[in-house]
Amino acid sequence: MPLLKDGKRVADPWVHVADEVAVPATGAVIVGLKRWRHERASLLKRGDPVGVRLKSMHTASDVADDLDHLGVVALALPVFTDGRAYTNARRLRERHGYRGEIRAIGNVLPDQYLFMLRCGFDAFEVRAGDTEKDWDKAVQAISVFYQPAADGRESALSLRHRTPGA
Amino acid sequence: MYQYDELDQRLVDERVEQFRDQVARRLAGEITEDEFKPLRLMNGLYLQLHAYMLRIGIPYGMLSSVQLRKLAQITRKYDRGYGHFTTRQCLQLNWPKLSETPDILAELAEVQMHAIQTSGNSFRNVTADQYAGAATDEIEDSRIWAEIIRQWSTLHPEFSFLPRKFKIAVTGSPHDRAAVRFHDIGIVIHKAPDGEVGFEILVGGGLGRTPMIGQTIRAFLPKKHLLSYLEALLRIYNLMGRRDNKYKARIKILVFELGIEELQTLVEDEWNRNKDGPLALPQAEIDRITRQFSAPPWQTPASAPNQPVGAVHAFENPAFEDWERVNVAEHKQPGYAIVNLSLKALDRVPGDLTAAEMDAVADLADRFSFGEIRASHEQNLVFAHVRQDDLLPLWRSLGVLGLSTPNLNMISDIICCPGLDYCALASARSIPVAQRISMRFQDIKRQHNIGELRLKISGCVNACGHHHAGHIGILGVDRQGEEFYQITLGGNAGENASIGKIIGPAFASADVVDAVEAIVATYLAIREVGETFLEAYRRVGAAPFKQRLYPEPNHAVA
Ligand code: SF4
Repeated sequence: MPLLKDGKRVADPWVHVADEVAVPATGAVIVGLKRWRHERASLLKRGDPVGVRLKSMHTASDVADDLDHLGVVALALPVFTDGRAYTNARRLRERHGYRGEIRAIGNVLPDQYLFMLRCGFDAFEVRAGDTEKDWDKAVQAISVFYQPAADGRESALSLRHRTPGA
Repeated sequence: MYQYDELDQRLVDERVEQFRDQVARRLAGEITEDEFKPLRLMNGLYLQLHAYMLRIGIPYGMLSSVQLRKLAQITRKYDRGYGHFTTRQCLQLNWPKLSETPDILAELAEVQMHAIQTSGNSFRNVTADQYAGAATDEIEDSRIWAEIIRQWSTLHPEFSFLPRKFKIAVTGSPHDRAAVRFHDIGIVIHKAPDGEVGFEILVGGGLGRTPMIGQTIRAFLPKKHLLSYLEALLRIYNLMGRRDNKYKARIKILVFELGIEELQTLVEDEWNRNKDGPLALPQAEIDRITRQFSAPPWQTPASAPNQPVGAVHAFENPAFEDWERVNVAEHKQPGYAIVNLSLKALDRVPGDLTAAEMDAVADLADRFSFGEIRASHEQNLVFAHVRQDDLLPLWRSLGVLGLSTPNLNMISDIICCPGLDYCALASARSIPVAQRISMRFQDIKRQHNIGELRLKISGCVNACGHHHAGHIGILGVDRQGEEFYQITLGGNAGENASIGKIIGPAFASADVVDAVEAIVATYLAIREVGETFLEAYRRVGAAPFKQRLYPEPNHAVA
């Protein structure tokens, strides 16, 4: 899967390791939650960065205590209509103060980029044909936001009631 | 009325261009219908039995005469010269061309309207009391809060992919005209004993296959916390609402499965973390929106003291007197009245209005009601601010248009979904049944003698016609390709909400009107003085109705 980060196609420094596949000796890896829980000590001992994949039924609190160790939390959208990842991303950023990468994986479509970005996602495993141009178009389509969210974009409410001079 | 500022306008304009691009990609074959579907659904565009259908949002039912004229022009230019008002206070166009829908949305944006989120699994059009700002028993104007919710719920980044659609209604009066107890979230404006105004929050009401009445999750919520509380509640629903079964995905099922206390605990915990965050409403914003709903410049002439409704022109004209008694409601301002325009005349499709009628109604609104019109969830229209000394000329003008049938809340004021005539999901037709019932009860004196009787018809179990909430509810079912109709009795949508109970086996299409007549006759025979149909039913129960409808012992009765 091509990776978009900050709107740019970048080489992915991380390798997804499937649950039934052995973890390679070196290199940054993203593993499933179950493996993380069972093999936490050995994963940390490798010394290379580690990230965790959450399914959509998992919640941010499943990794809340581990966030200092995690370079990536990858949130799965098995289908784009499964919106739980949006809440999980916001909780990771806003409740748990997570600063590492939050990556969207699965059924990730351009028309959802902006919503995801607003909820705190900053890396996107996109479909083969999706380009930086698609990204730009999608995130520039709308420039007014009624809700404060995890991305720091200023809400309409705040724009309307800015203290003059502040 | 709320006027868009530069930000509101820019969002709607950008949304139109975004959709224009999506439609162009679809027409050029760059995206498949499957990929296009979620995009069009977020803009209110459905694929129906015969054509596309575009659902235009009318936030809390409020329209200016300028907007209504624009809707008339749109139905003329892009559709077949009529529109259909829905129970969600929206307007549906039944025959738009896909290629022209971006132009329709662009024209709507010119008058501060849109079709964002009138479909799809997200927030739907927020509804409110059609008498807001005019009702005698109002604590505070529900439109202020409906508008605040409209903005917060528009293109919400976290909640655009909920387990299922989500409907919110607000009432500012204890007498609930907005059916808030049948909404995913119902909001009732309350005044606390110390005088502070805030909200009671109800959750988990709904119709559909599993009708449920909303329960109180918070008895009193201070105003400034409205959005933070809603966000906490939606967050729990987004995470925990069922996604494995479309029919169990509404929040009512979560309330049922968790129990209201458990849900309350989860929501309070979430809310307590965020309630003083950036969603706390600044007083300046509440004031900004409140100002836009300030009362129109009422001018009550000193010579026309307030008259109780129904007494203004008594003895002058019995037909007028009938209309005034039934279709006119009291106004909080002395010398004014609230007028209901019935869209349920004998020869009409319930809720339909032609382009010419829209123009004419807009003109009358300019003359008689400060240029504003409201759509009610009962699929009628309302002029909220009419001078009492204008009632007679207004009645005459409405009569010319066929909009003065004095049947508000009577048996022919039927709520009816589009049914098999338009809807791809339907099991049976509903519009012809409504028309046959109206025909049977066309004698208006007889209707008035029967009194308040809310009859509601749905063409399938999805219950868009709110049949569960009808004093008499009719549900279309398909029996091996034949249309049958199941009847429920005793439902009610107001502050004493109840769900109708099935009275017995379904009726064939040819028999359903007779069955309604038998039900009415039973009521007339048993009622005590001054007792409405619902009151009588609640007193005596289903038995006398059953006996009359199914005289032979029928073992099929569940
Ligand atoms: S109740 Fe059924 S038939 Fe009627 S509009 Fe809804 S889905 Fe269609």
